[in-house]
Amino acid sequence: MKNNILIIGGGPAGLEASAQLQRMGYNVILIEKSPKLGGHLAKWDRLFPDSVQAEEVLGRLLKGAEGVKCFTDTDVRAINRLDKSYNVRLTNGITVLSDAVLVASGFDLFDAVKKEEYGYGIYDQVMTNADLEAYFKSGSDRRIEKPGKIGFAHCVGSRDEKSGCRSCSKVCCATAVKQAIEMKQAFPDAEVFCFYMDLRLFGRHYEDIYLKAQKEYGVRFIRGRVAEVSENYDGTLLVKAEDTVAGKPLKVTLDLLVLMAGMRPSASGKAIGDLLEMSVEEDGYFAVRSGIAAGQRSPIPGIFLAGAATGPKTLPETLADARAAAMEVDRYLTEIFPDAKNYKQLVRERW
Amino acid sequence: MIYEGKQKIWSDYQKEIPDDHYFYVRSCIRQSFFPASEATFLDITRNKLGKDIFETEHHTTCGGIAYHSDTIPQETVMTIIARQFALMAKNGYENYVCSCITSFGLYCETMETWREYPELEAKIRENLWKSCKLEFAKPKFLIHASDLIYKYRNQIAAQAVRKLVNVHTGEPLKVVEHIGCHYSKMFPSKGVGGAEYPYVLVGMVEAWGGEIVDYPERRHCCGFGFRQYFIKGNRGYSLSNTHKKFESMEPFKPDLIITNCPGCPYFLDRWQYVIAESTGKTYGQDGHGIPALTYEEVAGLVMGYDPWDLGLQTHQVGVEPLLDKMGVPYDPSKKYLGKNGKDIGEPLPCACLK
Amino acid sequence: MVDFGFGLVPSSRINLDLFDREKYEKLVAMEPDAKICMACGSCTAVCTAGQFTPTSLREAIEDVFNAKDDKALEALKACQLCGKCSMVCPRGINTRHLILSITKVYSKK
Repeated sequence: MKNNILIIGGGPAGLEASAQLQRMGYNVILIEKSPKLGGHLAKWDRLFPDSVQAEEVLGRLLKGAEGVKCFTDTDVRAINRLDKSYNVRLTNGITVLSDAVLVASGFDLFDAVKKEEYGYGIYDQVMTNADLEAYFKSGSDRRIEKPGKIGFAHCVGSRDEKSGCRSCSKVCCATAVKQAIEMKQAFPDAEVFCFYMDLRLFGRHYEDIYLKAQKEYGVRFIRGRVAEVSENYDGTLLVKAEDTVAGKPLKVTLDLLVLMAGMRPSASGKAIGDLLEMSVEEDGYFAVRSGIAAGQRSPIPGIFLAGAATGPKTLPETLADARAAAMEVDRYLTEIFPDAKNYKQLVRERW
Repeated sequence: MIYEGKQKIWSDYQKEIPDDHYFYVRSCIRQSFFPASEATFLDITRNKLGKDIFETEHHTTCGGIAYHSDTIPQETVMTIIARQFALMAKNGYENYVCSCITSFGLYCETMETWREYPELEAKIRENLWKSCKLEFAKPKFLIHASDLIYKYRNQIAAQAVRKLVNVHTGEPLKVVEHIGCHYSKMFPSKGVGGAEYPYVLVGMVEAWGGEIVDYPERRHCCGFGFRQYFIKGNRGYSLSNTHKKFESMEPFKPDLIITNCPGCPYFLDRWQYVIAESTGKTYGQDGHGIPALTYEEVAGLVMGYDPWDLGLQTHQVGVEPLLDKMGVPYDPSKKYLGKNGKDIGEPLPCACLK
Repeated sequence: MVDFGFGLVPSSRINLDLFDREKYEKLVAMEPDAKICMACGSCTAVCTAGQFTPTSLREAIEDVFNAKDDKALEALKACQLCGKCSMVCPRGINTRHLILSITKVYSKK
């Protein structure tokens, strides 16, 4: 045992996989490009569906990964495939000889500036889901001062081929419902509107928070994508959409608009994919070995994938994926890797 | 409003505009709507800035109005356009500048269509030879005349005798800019500044000392809408769209509207009269309207042209309050005298619009 | 005033700024389930009156939200209170009570 395993990405997927592989007795090296572990989870305040504190969940993940060699502020400089293992040069000067590599590079939030018609970065009262979480964490944001009318625009950088984002980001509907409730809790007098194309509340308890948002908080759900935003004389926003249920164009004046920025393939993950010459699908996320049956194996032997590197996932899905990836790594390192004589044949048959 | 955010978008949408040597084509309707605008464009570019701008009497309509009212087949329109391009090449030019936004949009659309369907381009090439015995050619640079004035905006500012400033208060004039839909809505990358926050007119106004006001319905169509206007039964829609824009810009109290399309200044101007005379509502100060000018007219004003030489008497909305604010000298008695001193006739006074 | 033979046309756009919150609060105090409709349309699909007249509870709820009170009343005018809608509503809304409540709160009489 005691194979070296390099895990790239210190978000929930990387942390959970580290914990599992360490438990199995492997020597795990976890690298994270930013100064802090936790990925997007570290920037979030509360999580759907039950509003648990993100910090609490992250704390548990970090505790599980205790003892793992972690390098923050560290990226991959070069990767060379040897016979079976990978020689990985890190930006901190260290070189790791790794028998398996797990890419858990996660996602980037869609850059909402690209949806020019929404005016993020131009209109004062437009913010993103991430900005709102930062507000919940810090308690201050120049845009939020007793807003009377608040809107949530779903599908910003999701289901939008023109912006190069065909896929659904999966988490935004539930996040919008959660944030709508939280804003009503913070500002009980506010009127809150969610603009959606389809409400994709597929997970356990998600439908419950939708019902709660309507019943207890009076959140108004309008079926229609926000089409255009502009700024009124007094600095409020003029928001246009169609109420597709009523079949009529609609306008509303809002004090605050929150854009539910979706998930995009991570740019730093892509750089690592380029080093490995690992294929991506049309959506920009990494391709997996064989579709639904082996979602944690990349097409390259010894390279594994976990979390949002292979497409948008919720947190529980990411954690389950990370555990599955750990199992796959273990299977590879026990059943295929040690057999020096038949390695190539085994890879052909069983990778 | 966060100005830096707009600057970032503007920097993303810059296009190459050659400095000199253009084949110029006029608009069908601008010459009657705003008769001095194109003459002013030529005078500024040729005589004030010393540029080589060529035009030929053999140029015809681009067919745009017929195209947008569904009365002409696309191939015919494309052949007409191919003929204009051929005239350009025949006269030794490769930069094409047009005065009209409808034309500009249609030229862009045609060039894109040819790019995507080379077999159609081949067919038009053949049509052109059969019908006119002209060699097919495409412009190296296709730009709108407002792009060129945008390009020269600082040179114009350097020669300006006055700014877009209220001489009585020293405050910059509040200017609303309105871009023709077909300038960049079809192809955002072909417009300076893109389609959501176009910069082409903003750049001029900033260079000439004015202040741009961004109002909620800025991106809305002027109301022309081709078939919404052409058919009288639909004309109420045209009027209502214009009305929506004025209701939206009213709180910002603009001094001036600057436009780059043939239709927009016309509708933003004439419909103010219709709104005033049919509802009593006016949008300028003390019962006046808000002057809606072409960019050439605005350039002419800052460069010291006589307002009546610029044809400002052909606007329905009186420009005198604007001239007073800018400190432009004018002789009221000469307002309705034509170029050669001939009386062109004074319109009857309006009941509501001053 | 001059008659040009054409004039401003009324906008069909929904203006949510006109939403009457006070009246709405009155409605949901009477029938809280007004808030939980998800516009599935089951009620309208089985409506006895709706097959022959423009009757739709789904539409009426939408109209109330969209500041179109008159349209809401119009959409309920021909209701026979048969109760079929309450049988099919997946959210279990007491539709008959909701219909009566909307009529009571928004009626101009």
